[in-house]
Amino acid sequence: MALVIMKINFLKYKIIYPIFFGILFSASLFSIFYFGLKPGIDFTGGSILEVDFEIRPENQVIQEKLKDLNLGDLVIQPTGEKGVIIRMKEIDESMHQQINSKLGEISKIEEKRFENIGPVIGKELRQKTIILILISLVALLIYIAISFRKVSRPISSWQYGAISIITLTFDVLIPIGVFTLLGRFYNVQFNIPIVTALLTILGYTINDKVIVFDRVRENLLRSRQENFETILNQSLNQILTRSLSTGSCTLFVLFSILFLGGETLKYFSLTLIIGIIIGTLTSLFLAPPLLLLWLKWRKRGSLA
Amino acid sequence: MPKKKVYLITIFILILAFFLANLTYPKYWNQSADWVGASFLRLPEKPFKLGLDLQGGTHLIYEADLSNIAKEDYSSSMEGLRDVIERRVNLFGVREPMVQVQGERLVVELAGIKDPGEAIKMIGQTPYLEFREQKENYNEILEKNREVIETQEGQIEDPFKATILTGKYLKRSELGFDQTTNRPLVHLEFNEEGAKIFEELTEKNVGKILAIYIDQIPISAPVVQEKISGGKAQITGQFTIEEAKDLVRNLNAGALPVPIKLISQQTVGPTLGKISLEESLKAGAFGFLAILVFMIIFYRIPGFLASFSLIIYVVLLLSLFKLIPVTLTLAGIAGFLLSMGMAVDANILIFSRFREELKIGKDYLAALEEGFRRAWPAIRDGNLTTILVGLILFGFGTSFVQGFALTLVIGNLIGMFTAIVITNNFLKVFARTKFERIKWLW
Repeated sequence: MALVIMKINFLKYKIIYPIFFGILFSASLFSIFYFGLKPGIDFTGGSILEVDFEIRPENQVIQEKLKDLNLGDLVIQPTGEKGVIIRMKEIDESMHQQINSKLGEISKIEEKRFENIGPVIGKELRQKTIILILISLVALLIYIAISFRKVSRPISSWQYGAISIITLTFDVLIPIGVFTLLGRFYNVQFNIPIVTALLTILGYTINDKVIVFDRVRENLLRSRQENFETILNQSLNQILTRSLSTGSCTLFVLFSILFLGGETLKYFSLTLIIGIIIGTLTSLFLAPPLLLLWLKWRKRGSLA
Repeated sequence: MPKKKVYLITIFILILAFFLANLTYPKYWNQSADWVGASFLRLPEKPFKLGLDLQGGTHLIYEADLSNIAKEDYSSSMEGLRDVIERRVNLFGVREPMVQVQGERLVVELAGIKDPGEAIKMIGQTPYLEFREQKENYNEILEKNREVIETQEGQIEDPFKATILTGKYLKRSELGFDQTTNRPLVHLEFNEEGAKIFEELTEKNVGKILAIYIDQIPISAPVVQEKISGGKAQITGQFTIEEAKDLVRNLNAGALPVPIKLISQQTVGPTLGKISLEESLKAGAFGFLAILVFMIIFYRIPGFLASFSLIIYVVLLLSLFKLIPVTLTLAGIAGFLLSMGMAVDANILIFSRFREELKIGKDYLAALEEGFRRAWPAIRDGNLTTILVGLILFGFGTSFVQGFALTLVIGNLIGMFTAIVITNNFLKVFARTKFERIKWLW
């Protein structure tokens, strides 16, 4: 074939890549079960108060000052140069005002943000999120079934679909794994923006897989004699430029949001970054070897 | 396609882009218009609609207690509630406040207010006026309450029960003074319906107490002497002139037809909003520049053309945001920026295919058409998956998610359009020119 632009043998380490991703996957799974996610107030109900102090006091001082108000467990985190984020149970508006005046006694404050979410809303959002995830998954399954119905060689179309779904779980589970660690060590909360980012990753990376498999299909139609591994490798080489270009352009934007876009979007963009990097890599290094391994395994099965 | 048509489309695209660019940022256009003395050419200087998280403001969700309302009156009660709160909020002088009914909830958005605490207090303080009558076992309960007070054991029970007469039927109220004691009192006047209910109530309760409650607290407990027609009553509580005045003002602004409870509050201070806006714009500008540089280095002339159509893409999107108008939130800007990264994808897919076809020796126009044809399924599918997820997200309903999904979907649609129509057309301009033959450029 004359079409090969770059020549990289993607399938040289066809055993090692799946093992590598398998380790990442297991580590994430372990972290999810061991550390668990730290659900944000979106899901549990509660309050977040962010204030800027003129002179920021120690956490201890704030803790001491608010002790009389019976707020239960307080999580106090410094943010930015003069800011502090305080997380606590759900409070009402008069308590909110009391806290502000108490904090004002320490040094002059400016309230930057206050969120109070009642337990009813939290429960509702939790249920809604689960429904949202289920609907997205069903929609993507239907989409996969439709887009792979034409690819049926050398393994059947449902197997292409199955491999896409398997790799997609990697794309979503690894970022979640990272967040369990962030939650454990940096108190980062798992909230609605992060769920949104994860679903966006699904939409983005499923497309990546479809493009790879689509190329494979096209090359299979063009040449009937060559063996599957060669065709797979050739397809990957053709896809590589596009994968990297698109991936980088999206990452440029996301990295600028991460570094310049401020606190609110920080973890949202970080989720997208991890997911898109993992997604691009699994499309190139995980889905194709899995395809090949499945084919070999099936052939052996039919010989026996 | 004949070459002439390609040029025509290109010129049309450029003029449209120029016009839209000035529409989104009319400052220089208007300055020039003034300078040549043609003020009638001025474009409207309409600002972008910014969400609460970017301009600062407060988002409140109230839950109405509809337990005393008949099912068929739910929606009318909620509408009544909305009207009253809208009036209250307008009194507070907020620019374009939003008060919206969602089922049994009321969502209030107040943009750019300095003291949300004050506003919340005012919305909450709106008095809930009601008349309560004696329960059947009124005397028993009083007896029990006396025991409770003496022994300090058990709970005090309210000897009164709710009637249907509430602030909903109030026409107006007025400050007055008792002629003998000179104490302040509040005159109430009911509307027609309320007057009828009041008449029936007083008739039923002659010789008994008809208590007046405000915000669930008994204010006055007069004994009904006789049936009262004409729909006039008065409250003679133990209040000062100031308190009576406040009560009158609040009652006139509208008593709440049903009690409400604040269940969620999100407040963003104006400084944070401004910082967020600046930061996200800066992030957008950097990301945008990085993409342009990358595209030009990596894809040379096609990259340059794609950069050009990406600029047009941004102009198109921004003017759409302004014209629809789309309320821009932080999440919305993120969706817009992400769609910008993705919009490049369609261009890249076309170029990669175009290059491949050139490499196998096809001539420029044939390579372009073939490359385009082969890239199309991938472009279609890629945008479809993202749009699909976007639409599902939009159905979710939370403001963060909706803001993100909306701009992402619009961005994807426009991105597809720019790649297919604009980039494609730009590439065709170079067909059969000297540039076509300089192979390294492509």
